[in-house]
Amino acid sequence: MTITHHLDDATLMSFAAGSLPAALSAVAAAHVAMCTRCRREVAGLERVGGTLLAELPPATLDRAEPPASAIWGQDPRPDVHENPRRAGEGADPIPAIAGAPRGAPPAPLARLLPRELDNVRWRRLGLGVWHHRLAVAGRGGLGLLKVAPGRVVPEHGHAGAELTLVLRGSFHDATGRYLPGDVADLDETIEHKPIADPGRECICLVASERPSRFRGLLARLLQPLHGL
Amino acid sequence: MADLLRRVAERSDTAAFRELYQTYGPRVKAFMMRQGTDAATAEDLAQETLFTVWRRASLYAADKGSAATWIFAIARNLRIDRLRREMPWQELPEERPEAAASEALPDEALAEKERQARVRAALASLPPEQHEVVVLSYLEGLSHGEIAERLRVPLGTVKSRMRIAYQKIRAGLEDLR
Repeated sequence: MTITHHLDDATLMSFAAGSLPAALSAVAAAHVAMCTRCRREVAGLERVGGTLLAELPPATLDRAEPPASAIWGQDPRPDVHENPRRAGEGADPIPAIAGAPRGAPPAPLARLLPRELDNVRWRRLGLGVWHHRLAVAGRGGLGLLKVAPGRVVPEHGHAGAELTLVLRGSFHDATGRYLPGDVADLDETIEHKPIADPGRECICLVASERPSRFRGLLARLLQPLHGL
Repeated sequence: MADLLRRVAERSDTAAFRELYQTYGPRVKAFMMRQGTDAATAEDLAQETLFTVWRRASLYAADKGSAATWIFAIARNLRIDRLRREMPWQELPEERPEAAASEALPDEALAEKERQARVRAALASLPPEQHEVVVLSYLEGLSHGEIAERLRVPLGTVKSRMRIAYQKIRAGLEDLR
């Protein structure tokens, strides 16, 4: 399976810089864990951070000398054994994501996601759409969205930026077809109306810069009908 | 600098660590202060960053990134965790216990040095308005929206400046990937 829809360059840069709002950053991290191409890009973008850090005019440290090695511990090497595994590694893989092209999501996100996508406690929003909120500290809203086959995937941002990562099933819109691992990172100027593909429900990890407001969802879903 | 890190990783070389500490400690502190934190907190976070460098040096794969890049990533994650009290979702780059730093191929280490030099050159050649959005993102920790507010330009302008800056940096690395 190949990933064809990636994070936007500006999103990647902000992610590597550590400046993407928390919820968006969670979805970006999940995509990066699955996507060799974006992982390589992030590695390159971290060099930009290293360069800028190295060129910063230094502040004055109160403690000009590193504390004695007794304080720091004698040998950094044993840490290899006690130290956290590489993120994602050894964590219980999420079945839906484990089946995707690459690796599990980063460990902190894996802990946040339900173990089985089949056992999620969904909140029904109507018109073949369900939502499950994930608690995340910081800016933005994060959640899972389930859309019945052939139904419209609702907007989850409210004018702000939003990211949609497919975990199961697929959807399509004017910009193409989105399969597991693909992420929709569309400029808010692009008008798109994603529809879940027939045959299987589509489950996505979604984030918005501002907390989701699904209250207006029904109205928005019905809008095309009113327009008739 | 990658060499210093290797000495710390391989033989807990305290002299090498001291040099890393004195080079990066003050810069990490400055980095934290750019986020608007007070000097005492910035000092603590700089100490913690360097402490992590000491503890995890052996996990660092020198062939894949410079010491500065790795230290940046540690500081970035700490900044998100402590100053912003958010989850740092980003992984640290190239922490690979299975490939010790000592196994780095000299060719690769050299290529990495060259990559870093190219990034520096590309950054230096950016027009001011593109350089500015990069700095606001990496050093001040501002989101696209916050940069737009700060500069009083439309969000789309921030993103397109950033994309162009990125393309130039990427172009500089093209033959080394």
